[in-house]
Amino acid sequence: MSTLLLIEQILNGLQFGVMLFLMAAGLTLIFGVMGLINLAHGSLYMVGAFAAAAVAGATGSFLLALIASLIAAAAAGAIIELAVIRRLYDRDHLDQVLATFALILIFSEGTRWLFGSFPLYLDIPSALAGPVTLPGGIQYPAYRLLIIVIGGVIALGLFQLIARTRIGIQIRAGESDREMIAALGVDISRLYTIVFALGAALAGLAGALVGALQSVQVGMGEPVLILAFVVIVIGGIGSIKGAFVGALLVGLTDTLGKVLLPGLFGAFMEPAAATAVGSSLASMAIYILMAAVLLFRPTGLYGSA
Amino acid sequence: MTEPLLHIERLSKSFGALKATDDVSLTLKPGEIHALIGPNGAGKSTLIKQIAGGLAPDAGRIHFAGQDITTLPTPARARAGLGRTFQISSLAMDYTVLQNAVLGAVGQRGTVWRFFKPVMGDAELRATAMAALERVGLADHATTRTAELSHGQRRLLEVAVALTLQPRAFLMDEPMAGLGASGSKRLTGFLDGLRSEAPILLVEHDMDAVFALADRISVLVYGKVIATGTAEEIRANPEVREAYLGEEDAA
Amino acid sequence: MTRSALINLVLFAMLPVTALIALALDEPFIITLATKAAILALAGVGLNIALGLGGLVSLGHAAFFGLGGYAMGILAHHAQTFTPLMEAPFLIEGTKSMPVIWLTAVIAGALAALLIGALSLRTSGVYFIMITLAFGQMLYYFAISWPAYGGEDGLSIYVRNGFPGLNTLDPIQFFAIAFVILAAVLFIAGRLASSPFGLALAAARQNPERVETVGLSPYRLRLLAFVISGAITALAGALFADLNRFVSPTMLSWHMSGEIMIFVILGGVGRLYGPVAGAALFILLEHILGGLSDFWHVYLGLLLLLVVLFARGGMIGALAGREVAHD
Repeated sequence: MSTLLLIEQILNGLQFGVMLFLMAAGLTLIFGVMGLINLAHGSLYMVGAFAAAAVAGATGSFLLALIASLIAAAAAGAIIELAVIRRLYDRDHLDQVLATFALILIFSEGTRWLFGSFPLYLDIPSALAGPVTLPGGIQYPAYRLLIIVIGGVIALGLFQLIARTRIGIQIRAGESDREMIAALGVDISRLYTIVFALGAALAGLAGALVGALQSVQVGMGEPVLILAFVVIVIGGIGSIKGAFVGALLVGLTDTLGKVLLPGLFGAFMEPAAATAVGSSLASMAIYILMAAVLLFRPTGLYGSA
Repeated sequence: MTEPLLHIERLSKSFGALKATDDVSLTLKPGEIHALIGPNGAGKSTLIKQIAGGLAPDAGRIHFAGQDITTLPTPARARAGLGRTFQISSLAMDYTVLQNAVLGAVGQRGTVWRFFKPVMGDAELRATAMAALERVGLADHATTRTAELSHGQRRLLEVAVALTLQPRAFLMDEPMAGLGASGSKRLTGFLDGLRSEAPILLVEHDMDAVFALADRISVLVYGKVIATGTAEEIRANPEVREAYLGEEDAA
Repeated sequence: MTRSALINLVLFAMLPVTALIALALDEPFIITLATKAAILALAGVGLNIALGLGGLVSLGHAAFFGLGGYAMGILAHHAQTFTPLMEAPFLIEGTKSMPVIWLTAVIAGALAALLIGALSLRTSGVYFIMITLAFGQMLYYFAISWPAYGGEDGLSIYVRNGFPGLNTLDPIQFFAIAFVILAAVLFIAGRLASSPFGLALAAARQNPERVETVGLSPYRLRLLAFVISGAITALAGALFADLNRFVSPTMLSWHMSGEIMIFVILGGVGRLYGPVAGAALFILLEHILGGLSDFWHVYLGLLLLLVVLFARGGMIGALAGREVAHD
């Protein structure tokens, strides 16, 4: 494999990683602050993608489509937080799993009912459709590069938000001691709604950005959700930094595994068998990574016990 | 017979800058009640946790019945014969009082890997459990759900479960708390007799009980043992007086 | 007889009575539905040992269900194509014999549960949920990307596997097989719950510290519960694949894990007969609501939401009133 191709695949891995980060950041914040496991986070990803596809179809503007994905997912997040999720904070994890699984059923079938079973397509804006030339003569799709940049900027923004702002202080306080922030006079239920909507907006944006690369369809959020769980398990629950490192690790492992493993087995196996073994192993690579992290650090790389 | 059963050697544990256990050495000899007292936050519970398992010390060794148990997990220490009661009751709350005691009897028997024999129909386990409940005066409550017990009764159930284990030594973390005057008095009498079965390392706030019961008393202040001795020696010890009186002055 | 014992008896009798009435009315499709309910109930009984008794919220039980399905699919596939499963180091042939397939499924499920459980049980709470989900998904993607056994398309079996002395193609005879297995497993699960092991396992759910203090290891108790649970769910998977004469990665998907959990919850978590009620209700809803609307999962979702938020004892809980489960 040429170096150029390898660098291109590393960039693909980074792009995948920052998308996973947008999903995982919301999940890990929601878990860290409210102690809630939200299976319906993938549905919010889907809501963002569908909102973007609908708005892009109606207006032709990609920027408006992205804004719509943020607003729609945040609104959907706020609505389910107010209607359902807030009844679950004091419940055990089983109830949370079941109720949010029920939300998935409702969201998925509801979307199918509204938009039909056929996938929608969200076009990459023409200005970003071509490749750009990176230093070293590497040709790389401009849109994918933009995703990496957006993801990086959002990651930085989140770190700043948590570290510097008033709401960030409340979030950190909420992670360590719920009674404490209540005693400080913070309106907890408002804080929870905001955090949930923020996480939802990030998921929705990720859905819209990825929707332009793949297709927009019902159920698109679930594989991403499960990968985001793997990210969180690796990074440690509640840690934004862990989510970032975990997301990049998973993105790179998955992308590079799929490219490199079949070739690796090709070195000592016949081609057909090598492809089969290599691609099967590649499909399991991130889970093996997760198992390895668990063996040595049961609470993840940046998790506290 | 003065060979100690439990021997704690230079145990230390820090949480960040806080030295919760600071070079503590203690012994528990057969037949004695050794009380551990000290102001709040002196590190008594941290010390008990390190002895019973569940919290690894930074340094030091713990020997029990001729065996180094420093690195053993909690269940292995229990099987070696350490019977523990908790400061905050730690019981299976959905179970009846009898079920909790039977659980202890199952643990004592050591063979949990039986899958088809109804456990509550096992006469031997029931007898062990009922005998322990009778000794602490909870036999009448055998069918009560544990969550419905008063705090004091839960402490007694903790003691009863520890009894079903037939341990070689007891670690009791404030068994008198929540018992009220007459309950405390009754338990004091019971523990007095219990020491001949197995020695007791007793953490207790009830000073009347401590001075009535303890053969030896160790005083823990800021994680350090500042004195060990008989009740008279401890009463007369100027450092202890200062630690306690000083606390009262500050209060 | 207490009220919940009566309910249990009714639930237990419900499936065979339905099947016999359908036989009398010559409605083989209804017998097949009753068979499906019995098999899904079996999967639920398996999950309930981990979930209800052990408090282990596994969102990866489709892994065991699907493994059981593939145990059936792979053995029968080799038997029907007359190719050996493997030749070296020793010869393994395919088979169409149900007992052999069941045994294989149980062993495969137990081994997978041992591996997944040994890793997952090092953690607890929400980590455990996410990790079991992830390992389940790992097998799902593996099944999709492994081409030898149909990949994404799955494996079809031309003729249902055989059981000595019975005609398994006759719906009522196959129902009888599934129901007898369900009854046997219910009996075993009931004995398990009241055994010393069950007492200690349920105590570890309520308070692991207490169990450690009496000298027992919660990890080992839970691991064994997880293995038994996985083995039973795999057995259900083998039967389910035999019912459909088809196995595909769908059986391994996390929706399947969620559905098995729904059977347990709709019926009432921690209740021995809960999964029977839940699976029967699920099949009933699927056919009533599924007939009314293509989007019946919306209604299923709403129902599940209502049960979780407002009727935590599930169906049996609502019928039996407030009683302590596992008596």
